[in-house]
Amino acid sequence: MPAKKMREREPELLAPGHRACPGCGTAVAVRLILKATGKDVILVSPTGCLETFASRYMESPWEVPWMHPLFENAAAVASGIEAALRFKGSQTKVVVIGGDGGTYDIGMGGLSGMFERGQDILYICYDNEAYMNTGVQRSAATPLMASTTTSPHGRKSWGEDRPKKDMPAIAAAHGVPYVATASLAYPQDLMNKVRKALSIKGSKYLQIDCPCNIGWGFPENKTIEIARLAFQAGLVPLFEMENGVLTQVRTIKDRKPVEEYLKAQARFRHLFQKEGGAEQIAKIQALADSNARRYGLDG
Amino acid sequence: MKPSEVREGQRAVMEGSWAVAQAVALCRPGVISAYPITPQTHIVEDLAQMVADGDLAAEYLRVDSEFSAASAVYGAVATGVRAYTASSSQGLLLMTEVLYNMAGTRLPVVIGAANRTLSAPISIQPDQQDTISLRDSGLIQLYVEDSQEAHDAHIQAFRIAEDPEILLPVMVCMDGWLITHTFEPVELASQEAVDSFLPPFKPPYSLDPTCPFTFGSFTDDDKLMEFRYMVHQAQQKGKEKIEQVARAFEKTFGRYYGGLIDTYCAEDAEVLLLAMGTVVGTIKDAIDLMRAEGRKVGLIKIRAYRPFPAERIREATKGAKAVAVLDNNISLGAYGAVASDVALCLSNQISAPAILPCIVGLGGREITIDSIRSIVERAEQMGKGRIAPAESFWVDLHPELL
Amino acid sequence: MKLTIGAICGPAGSKANRTGSWRSYRPILDPEVCTDCGICAIFCPDSCVFPEGENYRIDYTYCKGCGICAEECPSGAIEMIVEEK
Repeated sequence: MPAKKMREREPELLAPGHRACPGCGTAVAVRLILKATGKDVILVSPTGCLETFASRYMESPWEVPWMHPLFENAAAVASGIEAALRFKGSQTKVVVIGGDGGTYDIGMGGLSGMFERGQDILYICYDNEAYMNTGVQRSAATPLMASTTTSPHGRKSWGEDRPKKDMPAIAAAHGVPYVATASLAYPQDLMNKVRKALSIKGSKYLQIDCPCNIGWGFPENKTIEIARLAFQAGLVPLFEMENGVLTQVRTIKDRKPVEEYLKAQARFRHLFQKEGGAEQIAKIQALADSNARRYGLDG
Repeated sequence: MKPSEVREGQRAVMEGSWAVAQAVALCRPGVISAYPITPQTHIVEDLAQMVADGDLAAEYLRVDSEFSAASAVYGAVATGVRAYTASSSQGLLLMTEVLYNMAGTRLPVVIGAANRTLSAPISIQPDQQDTISLRDSGLIQLYVEDSQEAHDAHIQAFRIAEDPEILLPVMVCMDGWLITHTFEPVELASQEAVDSFLPPFKPPYSLDPTCPFTFGSFTDDDKLMEFRYMVHQAQQKGKEKIEQVARAFEKTFGRYYGGLIDTYCAEDAEVLLLAMGTVVGTIKDAIDLMRAEGRKVGLIKIRAYRPFPAERIREATKGAKAVAVLDNNISLGAYGAVASDVALCLSNQISAPAILPCIVGLGGREITIDSIRSIVERAEQMGKGRIAPAESFWVDLHPELL
Repeated sequence: MKLTIGAICGPAGSKANRTGSWRSYRPILDPEVCTDCGICAIFCPDSCVFPEGENYRIDYTYCKGCGICAEECPSGAIEMIVEEK
């Protein structure tokens, strides 16, 4: 879309002065989400980076109604809000923007309940692949071999020993009408997916890959580039699933080997420095190859 | 009693849960959220049937846990819609985090608590350990003595909670089984009377895109203590509100069960029994018998446990020689919660009565007239000799099992 | 300043927090080179890049100097220079 049209159409609903780290991927994601939702929305966020950088008392950047309840109950609170809006006959949308910790782990039960009830809520997970707010501890979204403070690499460890939990598949298994993944590297695609999700009635899940320069270990100006590399390596497949069926996949022209992506981040650097690292990198390559087969990424 | 047979404005014998469900429905909630746990189940089932029959126009959320039930009503009230949930025992503990959050965020939710003991060991029998465990959270707690009061207290609860000077969650505590599953005569309020008594819910802040607010912000050491103080002050304000609302209820509906406290034969009593919940009924019967024998015994019923009615208890205990506090709970390793609060409120007085802390009825252990007699006898001895016991009196404990 | 109940507060209070003081580097946009693509405005985490006339300006009150705008600009119109005080 031409730039001039963009500036007229999309209001800025996240004010500056928030406390996100310089170069924060999540802050970019939230701005884009709000450009797609517009003003007629109620947001809920669980405890996490977003909540912390965006809710100091009397210094809120939110220009829409926003609530932070607790860590594990954003989906359940959103369920109550949606029910209240239904009672009032209101068309206002309800959107949860929660981190991977609050989504994959502690928030799973409430999220599953929300999906199962089919409530008209869009749940967006900003995935920075660890509990970043509390100091980069491992979550179920932490990818294989990433070094975090609770899954550090060491003399007897290669870092995280479990692959990333497949949250989009879990969401789809609930029979929800729309599941999608998005990346900061493709902002128009991200905004389109938010708009499309909001046009569908029922529970929707959107997962956004949000690189974190502090937690992943890369220079703060490279956030979008890292997101781009993750996609190009096949580690962050971008797709849409409607009623459980894969309906749209962003293909990769000349998929890159995972090394370029891994090498650019301190959390994977041990794989290049320790003896036997190449075998471990091969396991990550195998995951990328499996994604490519499963989603038909190679175009 | 079939639910469809008894309607608003009628008086009949009915299950306590039905009386409670009717009261909630009359208050016109917009959202009800519930997760089942014995013995709360009949309340939420009755509400579900009303919704299913179109008799109650509320959104009913069948949630995945009590944590989610409390969270859902928290969200609904923040959106400006009246909401209700109910639980017991383990379910109330699972809601704990949300209840503290509700009080701190000043959201007026009404929660029905069908008192049941806590695991382990697991038991479905009643005691007040569950709601007592929540007493620090900032929510207002009313303890009712029978089904009529359970019905009436729910209607009062919405009005107290939503008062602009209060804006705190209110929990109506009812002994599980003894109220929820017992059939007693209850007069149901009429819709017209409830509508005149309970105005529409109009919170000062809500989640509304036309007037956006941020809820749940974080604060630092320069403000947290003051936020806590504000909730504490709202609780103090609650003392007069609870009494005002009880009197206003009496005016509209003709029934009064006490304000912060209620008393029975307390004025000239030498020994006072202090209790809350259904045991109050048994105590009144015991007092009638003992008074006929010439013993000067009286009752102080605590109706509002939070805010703690310190001033009323001080007034009502003046002149008594001994006060036996009947705790249907225990802070293991220490004392019953009510006795601890009473002890502090009666301390530093020139002539305070002796205090006999009693642990009664845990896990449904029956409290009989004889149990009350044994408490009064011990309290009389204490009143004479002024010897304070080091340990609580565990009433009707079975020593042969130990 | 009296506290509001429940720690509830109004919108956009963050504007009082001038995060521009965090910067070590500041972005300078060359309007001659700028092609008005708008990518810098899309990617700024701090809502600091605004359309102005035919191209864009940067709000230095809040700019944290992360450099994403300079890195992503396809025409190289933005340069990061050391912040001098």
